[in-house]
Amino acid sequence: MYRIVTKRPLHETVTLMEVEAPYIAKKAKPGQFIILRVDENGERIPLTVAGTDPARGTVTIIFQKVGYTTRRLDCFGEGDELLDFVGPLGKASELEGMKKVAVIGGGLGVAIAYPQAKALHDMGAEVDVIVGFRNTDLMILMDELKASSTNLYVMTDDGSNGHKGFVTSALEEQLKAGKQYDHVVAIGPLVMMRAVCNITKQYNIPTVISMNPIMVDGTGMCGSCRVTVGGETKFACVDGPDFDGFEVDWDEAIARGKMYRKEEAVSMERKACNLMDVELQTRRGGN
Amino acid sequence: MPNMRMTKLPAREQAPDVRNKNFNEVSQGYDEAMAIDEAKRCLNCKHKPCVSGCPVNVRIPEFIQLVTEGKFMEAYEVIRSTNALPAVCGRVCPQETQCEQKCVRGIKGEPVGIGRLERFVADYAMAHGAEPAKPLPDNGKKVAIVGSGPAGLTCAGDLRKLGYEVTVFEALHTPGGVLVYGIPEFRLPKQLVRDEIKTLEDIGVKIETNMVIGRTITLDELLEEEGFDAVFVGSGAGLPRFQGIPGENLNGVYSANEFLTRINLMKAYHFPETDTPVQVGENAVIVGGGNVAMDAARSAKRLGAKNVSIVYRRSEKEMPARVEEVHHAKEEGIVFKLLTNPTEIIGDENGHVKAVTCVEMELGEPDASGRCRPVVKPGSEHTVDADTVVVAIGNSPNPLIKNTTPGLDTQKWGGIVVDEETGKTSRPHVYAGGDTVTGAATVILAMGAGKTAAKAIHEELSKA
Repeated sequence: MYRIVTKRPLHETVTLMEVEAPYIAKKAKPGQFIILRVDENGERIPLTVAGTDPARGTVTIIFQKVGYTTRRLDCFGEGDELLDFVGPLGKASELEGMKKVAVIGGGLGVAIAYPQAKALHDMGAEVDVIVGFRNTDLMILMDELKASSTNLYVMTDDGSNGHKGFVTSALEEQLKAGKQYDHVVAIGPLVMMRAVCNITKQYNIPTVISMNPIMVDGTGMCGSCRVTVGGETKFACVDGPDFDGFEVDWDEAIARGKMYRKEEAVSMERKACNLMDVELQTRRGGN
Repeated sequence: MPNMRMTKLPAREQAPDVRNKNFNEVSQGYDEAMAIDEAKRCLNCKHKPCVSGCPVNVRIPEFIQLVTEGKFMEAYEVIRSTNALPAVCGRVCPQETQCEQKCVRGIKGEPVGIGRLERFVADYAMAHGAEPAKPLPDNGKKVAIVGSGPAGLTCAGDLRKLGYEVTVFEALHTPGGVLVYGIPEFRLPKQLVRDEIKTLEDIGVKIETNMVIGRTITLDELLEEEGFDAVFVGSGAGLPRFQGIPGENLNGVYSANEFLTRINLMKAYHFPETDTPVQVGENAVIVGGGNVAMDAARSAKRLGAKNVSIVYRRSEKEMPARVEEVHHAKEEGIVFKLLTNPTEIIGDENGHVKAVTCVEMELGEPDASGRCRPVVKPGSEHTVDADTVVVAIGNSPNPLIKNTTPGLDTQKWGGIVVDEETGKTSRPHVYAGGDTVTGAATVILAMGAGKTAAKAIHEELSKA
């Protein structure tokens, strides 16, 4: 069992947890992920490692309450234990040799982009961080990002922070102004990563993206996470999750991401009452 | 006097049109009277050819003799002394090509139902609370086992009995390997696998789940930092192969591993009570002719597919699946499209599979495997409706351990190179066996390899 030592809501729908998993805390590197299961009937869901504290033996995860399992996970509080927590899975990001980098994160992708930005910043690279949110209420990790970047550009869809637009517009602005990057790292929704690649391709800047497909085992056994890269089938769990963004078949990835839409809805609907009960109890319990 | 009936006593089983709608076990085995009756067909031959056909050398005539006397618990002790998983083997071993193939009664008539008797004895003993085996006193030496499938569990059990401190590392959240993620409930109930594993835990075998060797901790760290004196790698053949034809990444196309893992390990057949879904449409096409293909086809049927077909490029004679599995599948209404090979999977506007383009095949000259090479029949292209496709054309060893263990030699196709007599790899103190060495094979061969390695590890460590 894996004890939750810290739980902190970052805003209404996004939560940070630190989970006791000493082996993973010792090993995990930026770009790698874990798979967890909340209880005996639970599905295995992959979450990117958002940080580690090897001394305390903890691993940080940040998740958005989007589906049944993440909502269920959010019902767990400090001191509670998760049934399964395995990792670190996937290959670590290859950040060696990057000198002038734009790290781009969208929505929850910001949580995943943060460890990359931090690692690059710690390596002495010049790091421009460009992040986007729907509005100011949904912003996360602002202090952390400021501390780990040379320049931080924050965009909002509704302009509520005074910078209206998508991350792509901020990136394009920098590039048009003559900013040179040797690499771009883009992490977020598939459509965002594709849009970033469409721009960086014009400027011929190598662009690393991070896939987050549906997985079961996460160790290369099932192939649920197949993604076509450069015309070849790759397994995101063992060959990735980072890939060359110019080579990814985005249409296929987007279609595959939707495979279980119907079942996700069924799961939420069928178990909504049950979930609301637990959520209510969680609130009463003061977590 | 032996019972001279020429035929094996059939086991009780669920009727085909009942069982193809549920996941309960198909075969219900023998009762006591049936077991005694079948056991009496054994001639108790002096030269015991059956024993030589068993990869773990179960003393078959000896246990069967005890069954004829109604001494079922004693019979269990005989089996258990060489076989760590009798209830599993009694169900999934291909006895027809092993012990039963060598049975003298098989010369004129059918061989003794050794598998069914083994199953009966194991089930009887487990239901009647067999005493845990008694390991030798602890010898202070530690062995790590990578993977909790049949090879690993066998190696673990044997070494523990010899007094070693044994820890089994499993990547998934449940131990059992292919016994839990691969073989369906209706052939091998998972409670039974749990019970078998518990008998090992009862004698002190430690099992650590959620440990991916190569990621969570490396093989070198096990030896250098965690204080293990030897490591046995039984990590199986878990990497699914695809045909490499267009359309394989469409939604609705599964590897057999994914399809069966969702169903068996994640219990998708109870969705939405369980959280993991699996999609099965009206028309399921299963590609391949092995036991895994049969398992996938029969699972698809149970999950409500109206038409389930096995598409296999050779003829029934070349099918690697056990005869019994093919027979069961046919009884349950699975259609066999033989000498047929998919060339493309076609999707609809949402990226979901809607049909499979196939060609018909003819058998040509035998190839390297000794089986006739299938060649395409010109002008035979046709489409088969499909909203679910399961690709069951085999698995390769997972490269994770190879990639993270310097100096561990492997074959081109990924199998770990070992000395067959001992399971020794190119790395000192590292042994391997089972599917990770041979490529996908059977449970019992993996168990045999686990046994061989346990013996060799004992020899090495008792010298030190």
